[in-house]
Parts: sequence; C-alpha cells; structure tokens
Amino acid sequence: MSDLGDLYQQVILDHNRNPRNFKRLDAANRKAEGNNPLCGDRIQLYVQLDGDTINDIGFQMPQGSGCAISKASASLMTEAVKGKPRADAEAMFQAFRDMLAGGANAPGKLAAFSGVRAFPSRIKCANLAWHALHAALQNSAEPVTTESAKDF
Amino acid sequence: MLDTRRIRTDFPILAQKENGQRLVYLDNAATSQKPQRVIDAIVHYYNFHNANVHRGAYTLAVEATDAYEAARTAVARFVNAWATEAVVFTRGTTESINLVAGSWGRANVKAGDTVVVTAMDHHSNIVPWQILCQEKGATLRMVEITKDGRIDLADFGRALEAGPKIVAFPYVSNSLGTVNPAAQLSRLAHAAGAVTVVDGAQSSPHLRVDVQSLDCDFYALSGHKMLGPMGSGALIARPALLEAMPPYHGGGEMIEKVWDDRSTWNKIPHKFEGGTPNVEAAVGLAAAIAYLEQLGMDKVSAHEQELAKVAIERLSQIDGVTIYGPAGGHRAGVVPFTYGDIHPHDLATILDKDGVCIRAGHHCTQPLMRRLGVAATARASFYIYNDVDDVDALVTAVRKAGELFGVLAS
Repeated sequence: MSDLGDLYQQVILDHNRNPRNFKRLDAANRKAEGNNPLCGDRIQLYVQLDGDTINDIGFQMPQGSGCAISKASASLMTEAVKGKPRADAEAMFQAFRDMLAGGANAPGKLAAFSGVRAFPSRIKCANLAWHALHAALQNSAEPVTTESAKDF
Repeated sequence: MLDTRRIRTDFPILAQKENGQRLVYLDNAATSQKPQRVIDAIVHYYNFHNANVHRGAYTLAVEATDAYEAARTAVARFVNAWATEAVVFTRGTTESINLVAGSWGRANVKAGDTVVVTAMDHHSNIVPWQILCQEKGATLRMVEITKDGRIDLADFGRALEAGPKIVAFPYVSNSLGTVNPAAQLSRLAHAAGAVTVVDGAQSSPHLRVDVQSLDCDFYALSGHKMLGPMGSGALIARPALLEAMPPYHGGGEMIEKVWDDRSTWNKIPHKFEGGTPNVEAAVGLAAAIAYLEQLGMDKVSAHEQELAKVAIERLSQIDGVTIYGPAGGHRAGVVPFTYGDIHPHDLATILDKDGVCIRAGHHCTQPLMRRLGVAATARASFYIYNDVDDVDALVTAVRKAGELFGVLAS
C-alpha cells in the first residue's frame, strides 16, 4: 500500500474542504443522482446543457454524506468539464476510469486521483460523480448506484 | 482483564501484518476472528466424521449426527434454552429472524395488526417485519430512542397500547453498544399480549445470556460474531411455539411422511431444518462455545467493557471527537464515534494504514443514523484478544488523521 499522502494529495484535501461549484443549479436542464449504498455517499448533480456544451454544472451532497475522495472528485470534475463539449467530458470520464483501472494518468488536476489506484476500496468513491455526470448527459432518469455499474 | 497475550496466540490471523503493521482488529461487531481450536474442529470433522446426518445407517453417519446434535446441546447450554429441541440451526441471526417472520408471523399476523421494532434495530430485525407487514396489511411501529441512545421506554409503552402481535428488539445495539433491559422489555410486551423476538447477534458473543430469565419467546444468534464459522447460527424458541408453527423451508429432513399431494412434518427442531444442514458450521460453533465457556462469559464481558471505557476516555480527550451511545451504565465493547468533519470512510482508510481495522458507515442501521443526524459513524468494537495497546493504536491513528486533515470541529 502506498503512502497516505499519495491518496490525500493537497489538491484533494483542498477541494474536500472548499468544494467548487457546490451549489444547486436552478437553471439545470439535466440532473442525476448518484448513490454509493455501501458507504452512504450521495450526490445530486445539476447540469445546464446548452446544445452540446456544458454551460454550467453544480453538485450537492447531503450533510456528511460525502467522503473526501468523493467530494473532491466531484468538485474537480465540475471544474474540468465546465464550458466543455459533452464529448470532451465523456472522454475525460473514460480517461479517469482508465487511470483508476491502472492506466495512464488523466489530464490536468484529475491526475491527483492517481493515488486512489492503490486503495481499491476507495475507487467507487472517486468514480461516483463521474457516473452521475454520465447519467445526466445520457438524460437517464434512474439514479446511478455504485452497485449497478459493473465497471464502477 | 483477560490474559490477551496468551489468547492472541490461539488466533493465527492476529500474527500477520496489516499493511506492514501489527494487525489491530477492531471490527468485532461485524465478525470475530477464529481461534485455531475452531478451525481444527472443522478440519477434524471433515477428516474423520463427514457423512450426511440423520439418515445413514452406517457408523460414519452416526458420528456426523452425534457431532451435529452435540453442537445443538452446546448452544442450548450456552443460552440456557428451555430444551435442546428449542435450538434450530440457521445460517445466522438474519435467517433466524426471517424464520420467525415467515413462519410464526405469516401464521399469526393479520391485516390491521401491529408489529413493533425499535429505531436502534439492525436492518435484519426491521426488514423481515416490513416484508411481513406489507404482505399482511399490518402496521410496523418503530419505537424511538432517547438522546443518549437507549430505547425510549415511554414510547415503548405507547407502542404497546396498540396490542402488537410481535415486539422485536436488540439485546445489544450493534451501532451504539447499548445493552437494553431485555427482560423488562419482554415482560412489558408479554403483558400487552405480544410474543417477543430478541436479536441476540451482539449479546451472544459478549454477555452471559439466559433466555429463560430474559423470558423472551424467540432469540436469534450468529456464530461468526462469537468465534464460530461464517454461516453458523441458531434460533432459540419456546418449544410450544415451535410445535405450533408451520414449517419455513420445505424439503428433505423436515418431513415425517410425504404423500403425492401433502406431507406431515418431522418433530421439532428438525421441522425447521429442511435440506442437508451446515454440519461443519455447527461443529465449529460448538468449539467456539467451548472456548468462550472456558474463558467465562462474565470475564469476557468485563474485559470488553473495560476496553470500551478506556477507549471512550482517550478518544474523548481529542478535540472534535464525538462519541455516540449511552454515556454511563451498561454498554458493550462498541465505541461509535465521529471526528470533526472527517468522513468516517476517510478515517477508516487512514487507520488501516496503521494496521487498525474499524468499520465506517451506517452499520446496517439507517433509521438510527437518521435519528443521530449523521450519514455514517466510525466504530471500534472490541473482543477477547484486544488489549489497551490496541486502544492506544486506535487513538494514535485517529490523532494522525486529524493532523492530515486539519480537523474542523463540527
């Protein structure tokens, strides 16, 4: 097992403490809910899609229901995809998943989660927000759970 | 205190490292580790006595049956059951409670009836009753808890006014460590005309249990939390109730005669043990009981309470730590806590790095978590092989987590 500092990198601790885009988005035209029933993590994701562009994005986690990894991942995800075409967001999701599965680091700040690879029990935490984003972009009405997606 | 140095040598798993550190196993409320004696009993059974039980005419089958029935006698003695045939082997507490709900419940609960549970029950003592009530059109009434994590006796009294058919509660709370006044609750429930179902998953490993003095009707236990194998467990019930109950699982062994279109049932407890039973689990459980009886359950209980007391004292000294459960009085070796705004899962990951295994989450008690106003807690739970060094390892690792995260006290 690698060092705790590899898991809880400063950028992750910062986004956990001060999550960005941590808001309900009244203008959202896409929403998705993500659940990790094993640990109780819950995320509500709001996306305002303008054509194919993610114009705005926000998320909420009920009080105390997000661990540092899931909250920071959601926060960094919203920063990464805001203003981007949905195809770019989906590509980032793929890169993020590949990184956690042992592949190359995802681009930019998302690489901060490379340390999660060494903590298999926490991979679902890191992926939760991304699965919710995927569901929102697909306009899926079903809440996503970490137990329904095989490759979570 | 127990001689933990000697006891630890009986548990092979405790000799290994967790992430390069001494293994500090503090998730005993989830499952206990197993002494060599239990592991050996299972191996011995397969090496020397394995055959199907209750049907072979040959010596080996008689030996297997004797081993299985001796395990039943051991369980009966361990909880002071009304009779040996009061013990039905199951896969554990969950199956035991489902058996009561599916058999006694389905036969006796009707539309408009009430079933009472408590807000500190484990999901395994809530969900089977929800399923039963939904099927029958009955009402499930959940008794509230007090601020300090006890069953609210005033609300319990109000719940009894409906004249419930069944009153179910835990003897010891897995999430809070509360030891409930089970005999008193049972007496009150009986006075209201109910049968009582006691979830004994957490009490059986940790207290001297006497189902006759508890005066309950059904008592469920799991072997794996009390040094026994996974998949071992029992329902202990008043024989007269078992006699009157319809079977739970149909199949071999549980019948007396089978006609083309109907059957008659075997004697209790076999009526409830359809199919080939888990003999290795029963044999392993008997070895676990022998181990605990040799230590003495009163000493086991005192040992855990002392460790919990020390853990609560030392964790409380950390600014930002909140401990849940009764502040005083009788509590089991379960210490639930939160630490500032650090999520319990992050705590568990950080502690694991130091070899300290704790549970983080809702502990299968979501209604309770809602009442506590938390999404999750961290939980350290102690057993016979834990000592004050383990408490120190816990406290040191928790302090480390605080340094890493720069705790904001909530």
